[in-house]
Amino acid sequence: MSTVAIPLTQTLSVKTVAWAVLIAAALAVMPFALGEYQTILLAYGLIFAIAALGLNLLLGYTGLLSFGHSAFFGTGAYAVALMVKYLHVQSMELFLLGTVGASFVVAMLFGFVSVRYTKIFFSILNLALSQVLWSLAYKFYWVTGGTDGLRVPTPTLLGGAVGATDDKVHFLAHAYYYYVLVLFIACVLVMWVIVHSPFGKALQAIRDNETRAKFVGIRIRRYRLVAYLVSGVFTGIAGALWVPLNGLTTPDILYWQFSGEIVFMCVLGGFQYFTGPIIGAVVFNYLKSWVVGATTYWQGLLGVILVVLVVALPTGIVGTAKRLIDKTRGATSA
Amino acid sequence: MRIVNLAHGNLYALGAFVTASLVGNLLAGMRPLFLYFLIPAGAFAAAAVGAILEPTLLRPFYRRAEEYQLLVTFGLLMILEDGLRFIWGPYPLSASTLFSELGSFTVGDAIYPTYNLLVIATGILAAVFLWAFIYRTRFGLLLRATAQDMRRASALGVNVNRVYVQAFTIGCFMAGLGGAIVVPGQSAVLGMGVDALVLSFIVVVIGGLGSLEGALVGALIVGIFREIGITVFPEIELAVLYLIAAFVLLVRPAGLFGRPA
Repeated sequence: MSTVAIPLTQTLSVKTVAWAVLIAAALAVMPFALGEYQTILLAYGLIFAIAALGLNLLLGYTGLLSFGHSAFFGTGAYAVALMVKYLHVQSMELFLLGTVGASFVVAMLFGFVSVRYTKIFFSILNLALSQVLWSLAYKFYWVTGGTDGLRVPTPTLLGGAVGATDDKVHFLAHAYYYYVLVLFIACVLVMWVIVHSPFGKALQAIRDNETRAKFVGIRIRRYRLVAYLVSGVFTGIAGALWVPLNGLTTPDILYWQFSGEIVFMCVLGGFQYFTGPIIGAVVFNYLKSWVVGATTYWQGLLGVILVVLVVALPTGIVGTAKRLIDKTRGATSA
Repeated sequence: MRIVNLAHGNLYALGAFVTASLVGNLLAGMRPLFLYFLIPAGAFAAAAVGAILEPTLLRPFYRRAEEYQLLVTFGLLMILEDGLRFIWGPYPLSASTLFSELGSFTVGDAIYPTYNLLVIATGILAAVFLWAFIYRTRFGLLLRATAQDMRRASALGVNVNRVYVQAFTIGCFMAGLGGAIVVPGQSAVLGMGVDALVLSFIVVVIGGLGSLEGALVGALIVGIFREIGITVFPEIELAVLYLIAAFVLLVRPAGLFGRPA
């Protein structure tokens, strides 16, 4: 990954802010413009975007490819489900609090073990560790429900101020959608600050040249661990937001193939860009829902898309779009 | 050869499906003795697929970062998995006649299927052949030289591309053989590839990447732990395996028999 540099010139210009506000406004009017089904689909996309954003802090900025991020998504989801089952919690804020705690602990454990390694060893170690969680969720059926999973009822939002209405779909497509949207925007902002902070720059330095970064005085392992923690917590939050929408959590979301899907999102959007994972996740979500409806062999079709993407368009949607825009601009100015 | 193939398990499944459909369905009426010789058909099918895949899909990625290999082979895994579903449908295939034909014998109180002896014999034979192939033939020499230093081997006149294809094909052959040999004992089902991948991955991590002896010892450790686990601690049987793998990676990143990179 070290061969592709993330453009360092990206700074917060007026134009960027204007675009971001415009897109946020567009997302805010979506429930009125789209039907309930489409709005919920979009909410899924935004949630996956948070997860992909978390993964990309490692993949794009630190140069570590994790094939085990389903562990954090699943931790988030199961943390919520277990809080419902054993503590009878209903408040979404408490869910998020519990999830942040749980995914932090898991990320601390996994990160302590895995940041000692890089490249394929890191990827595969993460895969193995995430599979530990999967097998626990799969086998301890009296706690986790096994393959049946755990049901999660619709939570109350904002400390009980907004309760679940009788019309669950309406609730999910409106109140819950805005809840997801606000958290999504918050996550994007936080990630933007992280990536453009000295800490984020240090991560990129580690990615580009580990030895030099060490000479400059960066404590590589600690930086990687912190990046891993942030990444894990982001993905955990996504898992917690996903559960009420899905209404059920099963061991599938802990399985390593789901990790592969999160990686897929980053590659699809272009992991070299800040916006890449966001766009990749939303597009992947539409793509998958369309492909699954269109053919029984959706998995194979997605596989073909992934292979073509990696072979032909390694910079993803954002990178390709950027190149096309630059090309047309060059053509008009010349 | 430093190729990490996430689709390897699917080649194992391919071997199983090919053998099962040949032995169990298409030629089921033939004499059993003849059918036993058909078991390796699955291995040849997997090898053929491997020989096509390496030059077309994997070769372009040797120059790029290793992570791209993971991505491409992950895509390949999805394609192969659905390819199997497309050809053989979603239902399990079995070739159990070969299994029951041999009957079973008793050791003390335990009943043991005779077919499993055949499996064990095949496993030992395959291991011996592979070892002899890699450590006792000229081709094996070229293979090891290429794995150690591809550019130098190439400069000395080794056709590196051919070595890569051959090595990958052999790897796929072994995967297919593994699938083909278990299929009389248990049926070929979708998803068996992914399960096998995860297990063989643990095996290789424990044994050490790029080490044959390590893979053999790792396989024994995983096999024995699984059997003990199923009877003694069934809930955490899989978790224990992954934890062993994680622990080995921590203590000896190169695995039990691997040389540190």
